[in-house]
Amino acid sequence: MSDQKTVLILGGSSDIGYATALRYAEGGWRVWLAARDLASAQRNADDVTARSGQPVTVHALDVLQSEKFVDFVAQMPALPDTVISVIGELGDQKRAETDSSYAAMIMRTNFEAPSQLLDIFAGRFQARGTGTIVGVSSVAGDRGRGSNYFYGAAKAGFSQYLSGLRNRMSLAGKVRVVTVKPGFVRTRMTAHLKLPASLTVTPDRVASDIYGAAEENGREVIYVAKRFWLVMTIICLLPEPLFKRLKL
Amino acid sequence: MSNLAGWGHYPIVATECLPERGPVDIAGLVSAHPSMIARGHGRAYGDAAIGQPFTLPTLGLNRLRSFDAATGLLRVEAGVSIAEVLATFVPRGYFLAVVPGTKFVTVGGAIAADVHGKNHHRDGGFADSVEAFRLVTPGAETVTCSRTVNKELFAATTGGMGLTGVIVEATLRLRAIETGWLKQQTHIAADLDAAIAALEATAASTYSVAWIDCLARGNALGRSLIYAAEHASAQEFELLSNGRTAFPPARSARLAPPLVAPSWLLNRASVGAFNALYFGRGVARAGAPELVHWDTYFFPLDAIGHWNRIYGRRGFVQHQCVIPLETARGVLAEILDRVARRGSVSFLAVLKQLGPSHGLMSFPMRGYTLAMDFPMTDTLLPFLDEIDALVADAGGRLYLAKDARQSRATFEAGYPGLAAFRELRCHTGADRHFASHLSARLGI
Repeated sequence: MSDQKTVLILGGSSDIGYATALRYAEGGWRVWLAARDLASAQRNADDVTARSGQPVTVHALDVLQSEKFVDFVAQMPALPDTVISVIGELGDQKRAETDSSYAAMIMRTNFEAPSQLLDIFAGRFQARGTGTIVGVSSVAGDRGRGSNYFYGAAKAGFSQYLSGLRNRMSLAGKVRVVTVKPGFVRTRMTAHLKLPASLTVTPDRVASDIYGAAEENGREVIYVAKRFWLVMTIICLLPEPLFKRLKL
Repeated sequence: MSNLAGWGHYPIVATECLPERGPVDIAGLVSAHPSMIARGHGRAYGDAAIGQPFTLPTLGLNRLRSFDAATGLLRVEAGVSIAEVLATFVPRGYFLAVVPGTKFVTVGGAIAADVHGKNHHRDGGFADSVEAFRLVTPGAETVTCSRTVNKELFAATTGGMGLTGVIVEATLRLRAIETGWLKQQTHIAADLDAAIAALEATAASTYSVAWIDCLARGNALGRSLIYAAEHASAQEFELLSNGRTAFPPARSARLAPPLVAPSWLLNRASVGAFNALYFGRGVARAGAPELVHWDTYFFPLDAIGHWNRIYGRRGFVQHQCVIPLETARGVLAEILDRVARRGSVSFLAVLKQLGPSHGLMSFPMRGYTLAMDFPMTDTLLPFLDEIDALVADAGGRLYLAKDARQSRATFEAGYPGLAAFRELRCHTGADRHFASHLSARLGI
């Protein structure tokens, strides 16, 4: 085997997953994409291969089948150098308010599944002594808002999970944990929403920031649209009696 | 319903835009929405990519699917732009076999309009570099078309302006290049005869095109600069490169008119000054060969984002005709003379030789094509009708990708493949499933 490094992207059929795959392939990495929608993931894999000349493989993963996670990791061709979770499902907040199993699906997809999956890799990375874990969370997890609080609460949980994991890994060795909060990203997931242009970024931008933080500059918690850090800091500082009356 | 226009901002017409989706959803959208037309980057100048009543965006078809470096065969989804293909493959030593004057068109649009480039006289049109494509038919089936499989549908779809179905994927043959530079030779022509002679003399060059100063009159009528070029070989590049990189990346647009310009900006004096400067610069460079960046040679206008805005709120019309070889000299002189006498401010008049084409409705034929931009005014349309009469009498025709206003009579006289095309549309059900404002206007 060559010394080419490998990245595994969980959520490889998504737009951010695609952009991230392309960025890593351009950096000379071997790329594995894991997704439930294999046809979409294969389409992304084909594209990255055609553009970069790097082979890209596709692996089946259903994030709602957590009992299969251990097997999924065991069946990987090898342990990757970097694992990135871009798993996410915005969901329909209104429906979640009246359909509790749907609300559970949003929370499992955004919090439980990526946390459980990354934790398995964390254990393996720790045993090996090296590895980088990237979790794409969301600014929606910084403070719960009426318009998307199931999604936001799950992302809050995921952000806290990553924080705790980073703490555990830094005490134990060389495994790095990176939290990425993209803010608004123009993707299929948000295609139906009106987004403020000054706070909206492209999947390419998210991908290059992920690559920068994970493989180049060593940052650990990043907001992709820098202004979002300021916006969320202000939102987090608002006193609750005021905050609860806002339509956000 | 919303209002939509082409690149010329004329006409602006109502259509229902469907959501942008990926390849798996196209067949469903086709069967649920009769009748429609596919639209990529909207670079057709007139009403060719505005659906009647539905417009189907194709920019979600945005993935490359495979590339074989040994054969140069590239399979892409139809919403991928020529800009994207070149940005990816020029650094790897490949170029598209045919590129039009802007790189911001999709592959699907380039096939549908069978676009031509500065090498049509040698290499044919875009469709001639297409090995095969996948088409969603009126029955919402996805079929492969090539010169051997579904060949009637292949011939009708190349140049068929999206009226046979929705192109979702295509396999293109790229050409290998040794560098990303063009070795350009500029020739000066004092008048139209000299311009035609220079285009004939440079016909052995891979690329050749003439830029005409439309304001020149009398003895100087047809005064031109002719740009002939070849892809520079590694050896030529070594000699001329001056330390530049062999495969330069794409250039980004540097300027963009911020908003729609006031209509008085373009007048005889301002365009005259521009043309004089441009001509002077060309004369200064004529003679010795020089290296030109691929982006600058093929896509000079793309360096100015939204250059269409300089024509103001009323927009503009590009008139592009082709005149058969035998009658070209006299008819071109007559057209240029009328344009010069009208004092029309056409910055961009381009003359080049075309060869034969193979699509049923493809624009090119053996002859000369002349393209001129005119700002929309109250007197423009009757003036263009007069020009059309000259074109039709000479056995020529107008380019549908540029058209916004020609009459049915002009159109029917120019396209001998029309009867067969209509019959195929009727036979496949495309006449009930695919329609644009252009097809409705021209009765295709």
